Order: sequence, then C-alpha cells, then structure tokens
Amino acid sequence: MAEPSHYLPRSEFPRLLSVLASAGYRCVGPRVRDGAVVYEPISGVEDLPKGVHDRQVPGQYQLEQTAEPRFFAWANGPQALRPLTFAGRDKLWSAERKPDGSIDFKSDPPEAEPVAVIGARACDLAALYVYDRHFMQSAYPDPWYTARRQKLFLIAVHCTHPSLNCFCASTGDGPRASYGYDLALSELDDGFLIEARSEKGERILAALPVREASAEQIETADREIEDAGRRQVKGLPSRNLKDVLFARLDHPRWNEVAQRCLSCTNCTLVCPTCFCHSENDVASLDGSRSEHYREWDSCFTQRHSYIHGITIRPDTRTRYRQWLTHKVGSWHDQFGRSGCVGCGRCITWCPVGIDITEELAAICR
Amino acid sequence: MDRKLRVAVHKFSSCDGCQLAFLNAGEELVELFELANVVHFAEAGIVDPDARADLAFIEGSISTHEEQERIRRVRENTRFLVPIGACATSGCLQALRNQADAARWFADVYSDPSKIDHLDTATPIAANVSVDLELWGCPVNTRQVMATVSSLLLGAPPREDKEKLCMECKRKNIVCVMVTQGQHCMGPVTRTGCGVLCPGIGRDCYGCYGPAENINGDAWGRWLEQKGMPAERIARRFRYIHSEAEAFREAGRRWREKS
Repeated sequence: MAEPSHYLPRSEFPRLLSVLASAGYRCVGPRVRDGAVVYEPISGVEDLPKGVHDRQVPGQYQLEQTAEPRFFAWANGPQALRPLTFAGRDKLWSAERKPDGSIDFKSDPPEAEPVAVIGARACDLAALYVYDRHFMQSAYPDPWYTARRQKLFLIAVHCTHPSLNCFCASTGDGPRASYGYDLALSELDDGFLIEARSEKGERILAALPVREASAEQIETADREIEDAGRRQVKGLPSRNLKDVLFARLDHPRWNEVAQRCLSCTNCTLVCPTCFCHSENDVASLDGSRSEHYREWDSCFTQRHSYIHGITIRPDTRTRYRQWLTHKVGSWHDQFGRSGCVGCGRCITWCPVGIDITEELAAICR
Repeated sequence: MDRKLRVAVHKFSSCDGCQLAFLNAGEELVELFELANVVHFAEAGIVDPDARADLAFIEGSISTHEEQERIRRVRENTRFLVPIGACATSGCLQALRNQADAARWFADVYSDPSKIDHLDTATPIAANVSVDLELWGCPVNTRQVMATVSSLLLGAPPREDKEKLCMECKRKNIVCVMVTQGQHCMGPVTRTGCGVLCPGIGRDCYGCYGPAENINGDAWGRWLEQKGMPAERIARRFRYIHSEAEAFREAGRRWREKS
C-alpha cells in the first residue's frame, strides 16, 4: 500500500476524469437528480454535487445547496454500487422454438464496459465485499455480477459528512475506507489527498499531476475522518447478535414494529447487502419465444416465502423478523460477518422511518 | 391444440378504456386474431354476446339489472373468466355511490330518474359471479392482457402482480417522492403492474392499480396524518378509484371513523 501522501490540487481534479477516460473507463459518479445524490454517468466535474449537503433523518432525505467548494460533502444517496453490479432487472436467457420443434437457448452475460466509480464510501465497499462473497466466490459464480464487477475501477472517498442516520463507526466499516478500492481520496477545501491500493490505481495515480502532501494536510484529512466517526449518533452492538435474536423470536417488539411497518420492501431494496431476487418469464403471444428475467425481490413479499401451496411468512411480523434475524443474525454463519454496514439507508428510505438501530436496541435489551 | 382458443371481450359499466389494451396492441393484436378465435368484442366490431368462450375478459362493473342478468349468462358460457380493470375488479368511480344515497344522486342528475335502469350499487364482477383471475389497473395495459392470453395458451397459470409499487420504483432507480418531497404517494399500499407511470415522472401514485397484498393502511394513513392531512381526506385517498376493494374500503372506513 502506498503512503497516502499525494496531493492533487482542486484545480487539477478534472485531470482525474480525463486520465480515467483515456484509460478506457466510463466515469460514474455522484450527481443530483430528483432531489437525491445518485450514481450515474458523469461527463465532467461540473456534474458532481458541488457544495451539496444531505440532511437525513428517519424517513426523510433533503439536499441543501451551499457555496462551499467540496464535491463530496454529503453522506450517501438511495443507491451506490448495488445497481452497478446487481441490476434491478437482468435478462438471463431467452429461448426460441425452431421450425423442427427443437428449442434454441441463448444466455448472454453482459459485455460489461470498464467503469470507474468515483465516490464509493467505506460502507459501500464493505457491502461490495459481501456481494463478492455471495455472487462471485460461491460454488456457482454469477456471470452477470462477475462481468460487471470485474470491470469496476473503484475510487473511494473517505467520509467526512455522516448523516444523522449513519452508524458505520459502530459496525466497524467506516468512515475511512480501508479496503476494496483502487484509489482513495480525502477531500480538503483546496484539493485532494490521494492514495493507490492496486496496480490499476498506481497506473492512474502516476498519470496525475500530484505533489507530496504536507504533514498539515494529512493531519487535517485524518482529523476530519475521525470526527466523522465521532459525530455519528446511532449505533449497533458490534457483536454477533444471532443467539440473542434467535432466543427472542417471540419478543413483543416484533408485533409492535409490524404495526408501523408498511412491508413496502424499500429497506431491503436500498440495502447494499440485500441480494434477494425472483425470476420470471415473458413469453411471446404465440409461445414461440420466451425471455427469462431476474429482478430484485424482497423478504417482505408474499411470494418470497411461498413454497408449494404454503406461504411461510404470511404477515409483516414474520417478514420483518426474517429480515432482521438474517441481516444481523444468521448472516454471520453465511458470510462471517453481519449483513449491516451502517449506511443508514434502510432508516432514511423507510417512508415511515423505522430505525433498525432502535428496533435492535429494543429487542436485544 | 385441436382448435383455436375462443376469446371474448365483454363490456359492462365502464369507460371502454381497458379494451384499448387490446386495440392498441399493434402487431400483437393481429397475432391474437390469428392465434385465437375472437368470438365477441363489440369495440372491435365483433358482436355475439352469448357466444361460448374458453377465455372471457370482462370490463366494467355491475350497475344495472340488465348487467346482473347478462354477467350470469357470460359466466355460464365461459370456461376462464377474467375481470379486467378497476370497474370489473372493484367497481371503480361509479361505486362511490355505494357509500352515498344513490337514488338521491340520480334525482340530482336526471330530470326523470325513473327512466334510468340502475342498481343502488355498482359492484365488481367477483361480487356477482365466480372469477378465475383478476387483472387490476385503471386502465389495464397491453402487457397484462397479452401475458394472460400467452400463459393460458401455454397452459401455465398467469403470474399475478400483487407486490407493492415501491419495488418497481427501486428496480428502476426512481428516487422516492415520499422520502425526498413528502408527496402523498400510495406506492407502499398499491399493487405494481403500471410500470411506475406516476412516480416515474416525479408525482405521487394515487392507487389506480388497487391494493397490493398485505397492506398496512393504518400505518400509511398515520404517515399522512403526521404530514397534516385530516382523517377525512385520508379516508378519501383510499376510497377513490378502488373504493370497493376490500383492503382500501376497510382502511378508508377506519380513517372515516376517526374524522
């Protein structure tokens, strides 16, 4: 790992985008759309959310425009790396009945193009580690995920502006990105500290007009990241909660939260580690052609627990309990860690503002 | 198959809009007429209301004595009967009279209401005869009706869209209008199927596809209440297009009782 001692002045920041473009990457980064920071293709630094702050409380997300110079002075948006790797809907295969009656199957994983993502957060990278385990490092790697994932160039930006719903410090996943990136940036008012962590990252760094960072700049950047951890007001117990939760499957709080929960699935669909999907077919009218799709699903749907005539989890109490006992309980058995990276998205994007940290505190007390 | 599937499209009290899901289907409409024997479809010019059919799509609610009789005959003549659209699945707007003094409304509108054949209520098809599948939406779209025909031609049960609209919003990376703007979006209680027409252009869903499975109308209403909406308006939000769909009717009734 290189010493994080390179400094890129703000005036030279556009060079990062042009160097990435010359290296064949399409740049995806944060930009403001429809009142939120979303990760979409950007054509220049003018697309970045300059001076934008986000205000997040349970069930609410608002942006505020300031005259400040920074591009990354916000916590996160509804999604980051999830749709770039595990798409909302993917065509897995198609079939066509040929004149001789035989069936021709075609399965074409996407020809993924190299994508550089600017502004991945520590929580996003921690979640990607879970996705990699699930989609790529299992006995049956997923070709769609793998194709996109292997073409990603990840540029982390250490978090300095946590929202009121962030709690990555308590899960041990942030606010400093410590793995899973090619380049990492610390944003200062006048520029960026930049470090490389992969050979790909070194090659991009070598093409940038960086100079050695001063001790003062490094100290300022470190202090801002540490402050970002200290400022977080929410938290999860960092221990494995599986035994505690499974001993409390009849806790009255499950009923209580079910009175508030819409079972709308939003928490699971903004969660960067949730990977549930369903599959379905779309056939042509005459049945000669059929396309098979995979799309995001959720443990909050009836279909999710439907097995041969029986719906195992018919109500919100059992669905919410399934989500939480898996996410921070049995997830440990599956992936060797909790499924929660402390991004707070499930709190913000729950329309009625149900707070996972409050629910767990009530149930595990 | 030794013969073509016989398909009928019947109309009861409705605006005729759902039948456009067939008429606007383009090439698929031509294909439908090749694959199936369309035995009755008045809007397409084929009239034989008492024809026997393997599959009948029913548009409209039951609002008159004549319709009450006719739907029974259609049921007897049909193997697989599929109500389509809000009128046929929950009564739609004309069912608002079920909550009111219908005779008084007719007297207010018509100079001589005795000449109008009407029932005091407008009811969904399933309240009158047994149904085999329901396609929700105001109006339904081509994808829904053609997927049903296609499934039945293949001998497979058609897939039912009953999950919440929020799921489709998230799959399409549409930013939530409730969380960012506080819009009174019915997505968390409404079934998917429309393709996210309203939140997709930045406005709130008003529930035209009817209730999703396992909705929490009390929690969704409390959210509106916290935003300052009076209980009576929350009740009306539920008792609008799908006032006779049970989940919306009951949620609306509870909010009306609080007002």
